[in-house]
This record gives sequence, C-alpha cells and structure tokens, in this order.
Amino acid sequence: MADIIHFHRVSHRYGDGPEIISDVSFTLGQGEMAFLTGPSGAGKSTLLRLTALLARATRGQVLVGGQNLAEIKRRNVPAFRRQIGVIFQNPSLLTERTVFENVALPLLIRGHSGEDVGRRTRAALDAVGLLPKEKAYPQTLSGGEQQRVGIARAVVAKPPLLLADEPTGNLDPHLAQDVMQLFMRFNQVGVSVLVATHAVGLISRLPHRVIHIEKGSLEERRKAELMEKTHDFS
Amino acid sequence: MSARPSPRRVAHQPGWLERTLQDHSRAIGNTLGALMRRPVGTLLTAFVIGITLALPAGLNTLVANLGRASDGLQDSLRASLFLKDEVDADRGQQLARDLSRRPGVAAARYISRDQALEEFRSFSGFGEALDLLKDNPLPATIVVTPAAKQPQAATEALLKDLAALPEVAQAKLDEKWLQRLYAILALVQRAVLLIAGALALAVLIVIGNTIRLDIENRRDEIEVMKLIGAPSSYIRRPFLYTGLWYGLTGGVVACLLVEAGVLALVQPARQLAGLYDSQATLHGLSFDAGLLVLAAGLGLGWIGAFWSVSRHLRHIEPAL
Repeated sequence: MADIIHFHRVSHRYGDGPEIISDVSFTLGQGEMAFLTGPSGAGKSTLLRLTALLARATRGQVLVGGQNLAEIKRRNVPAFRRQIGVIFQNPSLLTERTVFENVALPLLIRGHSGEDVGRRTRAALDAVGLLPKEKAYPQTLSGGEQQRVGIARAVVAKPPLLLADEPTGNLDPHLAQDVMQLFMRFNQVGVSVLVATHAVGLISRLPHRVIHIEKGSLEERRKAELMEKTHDFS
Repeated sequence: MSARPSPRRVAHQPGWLERTLQDHSRAIGNTLGALMRRPVGTLLTAFVIGITLALPAGLNTLVANLGRASDGLQDSLRASLFLKDEVDADRGQQLARDLSRRPGVAAARYISRDQALEEFRSFSGFGEALDLLKDNPLPATIVVTPAAKQPQAATEALLKDLAALPEVAQAKLDEKWLQRLYAILALVQRAVLLIAGALALAVLIVIGNTIRLDIENRRDEIEVMKLIGAPSSYIRRPFLYTGLWYGLTGGVVACLLVEAGVLALVQPARQLAGLYDSQATLHGLSFDAGLLVLAAGLGLGWIGAFWSVSRHLRHIEPAL
C-alpha cells in the first residue's frame, strides 16, 4: 500500500532565514497513526504546514496520497486541501456562527444538499459528543469542547488524512486524553492521522509510532527511549 | 487518495445545475441576512452610492425636461427666404413646391409681394404709412419649416443650401435663441456624461473600499475557508453579492432622490412654464432611465466588489 505522506530529503526555510527543517525524510503509511514530537520550534508545525500545502518545501520532495505537492498549481490547492482535515491548538472557530454552522462549513463548500449537511454534521457532532450543543455559540463552550468542535469540523467531510498541531496544548490531562482517544477512534475506521504534540507523557502509553524532530532534523524513537526521556524530565 | 474511512456514501450528490443554484441561493440568503443584521451601515453605504448616482441621473432628467420643453417651441423654428425682385410669382410658387419636397423640409409656403403687403397692412398697423409709398417695398418670401425631428446640424446645412439658391437674395433663420438653447443643451448633455463617468468611478471606489473593509473584518473566516479548501469562487461569491446589493440599493436610493427632487420642483416649474405661455410640466425619471440607474448600480457594485476581492483576497493565507 502506498504511503499517504512521503517526505524525501525535505528542507524548508522562510525567506532568507535559517533552515527550519533540513533534509527530513519520513513516511506515514495509509491508515497509520503516528505522533510527531519535539521541543517548541523544532519544526513540527512546519512539517504539518508542508503537508497541508500551507508552505512549500525549498528543497526535497513531499508526496501526499502519491501526489507530488510541487506539481500542484495554486488554483488546485483548495481541491488538495479538501482531502485533509486540519486541527489546530487554537481551534479557530467562527464566533458568529453556531457550533452546527461551524462544523457544516466543509460540507457547504463541497455543495452538499441541505438534508445531507444536517445528517453528516450531526453525525460528526455525535462522534465528538457535542450533539446537544449544536445550537450554542463557540464562546459559550469550554476549551475542550471548542477543540472537539474543531475536530468535528476536520472530520465531517471524511478526509482520508487528519493533521493535528498540538490539539491538546490548551487542555488539562483528562480532556487531552479524551481528544487522543477520539483520534484513535477515527484511525480505527481507516483515517490516517499525524498528531504533533509535546505531551510526551500522554502518548507514551499509546502503541503508535513516534517521530521525533529536534533542531529541524528527525529521528524515530522506540518507546523505551521515550519513556527514559520522560523520566529524565521528571 | 483512495481509502475512504467509511465506504457508506448513501447521500446523493447534487448535479452541476442543482449545485450552482444551491450555492448561489445560499450566498444570496447569507449576504442579505448579513446586510440586514446591520441596517444602519448598509443604509449609509446605500445613501452614499445613491447620492453619487442621483447627481448624473438628476441632471439628465433636467436636460430631458428642457429638451422636451424646447420641442414645443420647435414649430416656431422657421426660415424665411427673401427672393430676388426679378423672380416672378410663377417661378416663386414653383420653387416653393420644389422645396416642400426636399428631405428635411416639413413645409414651404410662397408669399407673393402683394400678399406680403396685405399681411403687413393687416398685422402691423402701419397700413396708412404704406399708402404713402409709390412701390411695394416688400420682397416675395418663401417660408420654410424644417422637419422637427432632425439634428441641429442638418437644419443648419439645409439653411445654408437654401441661402445658396440663385433665386434667394437672403435667408434668415427665425428664433436664433432656440438654436442657442439647443447648443447649450448639447453642451450640458456632454457635461452630464463626463460627470457621470467621474461619479461612476467614485461609486466603484466607495464599493471597493466597503468590500475591502468587509474582507478585513472577515479575515478569520477567510483563513478558515482557505484552510478547509474552499474554492476561491466560493470565498469570492458572498463579497460579490454584497457588492451587488450595495449597488442595487444605491440605485433605488438614487431613483427615489431624483423623484423627490422632481416633486419639489414641479410647482415652481409650472409657474415658470406659465410665464412662457407653455403647458410643459416637469417629468420624473422615465422608466428606461430608472432601469438604467438600477443597472448602473448593479454593474458598478459588481465591478467594484470584484476589483476589491481580486486585490485583497489572495493575500490572505491561513497560518498554522
């Protein structure tokens, strides 16, 4: 099976600045879930930005779903992004719209009919346990709830790939665990998931692969090593 | 990409036409709703556009009214051809018949020297004075009425041709002032066109700037839209419709303003017309002119919005 994400010796810099990531190669298999760890500023976000075509590699090759991103023209970027669900640390919800309307957005831009929008949006809200809050406005929700609205919006159109950047950054450990469980549930139905996080303690108990990035370079870690590191910190 | 997390896709995807109608009706509903949620701002913008459009529309209405009023006076636009003394009555009558068949001539009437004397005697009140003269001092005349509906230049060319006829000693166009009025009207019409052009630019700038602020206010929304892969046509659409609504409401306001202005002027205009023994009344915007104002509003609204959107939308990129 083809890899859903394939980085081949990728480097990236902003303008004339220093390289944020250099010579990075890694893959995420179809239907795989993996964590991307590393200290702040190590290049985790940049890696996700490159994958979602929010930035373009200055060197090397990025393939997503077998597509070479360097060959995607500007006008085709929206169509590419519709294949990816993206989740931020800050869920960036639209405050003037209800939870339902926020989650329905990806369906509306795809031109789904009204009935279909209602059904799928409620299904997504149900999956994140927020169906009772569909008519609420985002400001009235807790941080964890807002994050789950963001996740519902990312998965509502059933993209084959989910990218999450510090999705638990603003959450207490208990809520963070709930969110991780959500990702695992989506992964179990076949979605490929890549989660950037520095919540090492949280993911150390999970069975998934960990890709560690430090100063723009990459190393894959075994669980034990990671545990060791965690203990070092504590 | 192949693997779909859930293969169960019962939903029916709307066809192209259905989807286009659905997308547009959603955009129309959303933009109208958004404008109605802040009625004061919307009305202010509509008024700025309306006043700007009302100026050329009002001037044009004024010119149309003046033109209509002067049309009533056109019957009195006549040329008198004074014939040379050696042209006899038969030749003169023949010439009048020839002239009346000329294109651009509505009528031509021959007045012999004797008839002229008679007319003069009965109308001028100087009858007795004429008796003192041995000879009839009046020339024979052909009174030519130019066709009413023809450009000023054609009438003038006609007069020039008539003056050049060998039988004609002198040609005189009556009511020179009417000619001048036509010239002034033509000038004003041209000026209205120029003003309309300048103000159309002003409307474009007003709408373009309003849309720019709108884009700025909805930056977050646009970023999210781009992030979830909304096509640029989808992101653009609500702004274009907003521009259309601004232009349309501006056009409606302009029509109302012109009508209000006409209503305010009807009474004094009637008095003025009365002084000239004219029955002319002030007319408001014609149906065609009203449609034109609305169409101008719509067109300028769309162009202004498109201009703004294509300048500002592409610079907004989602951050992660």
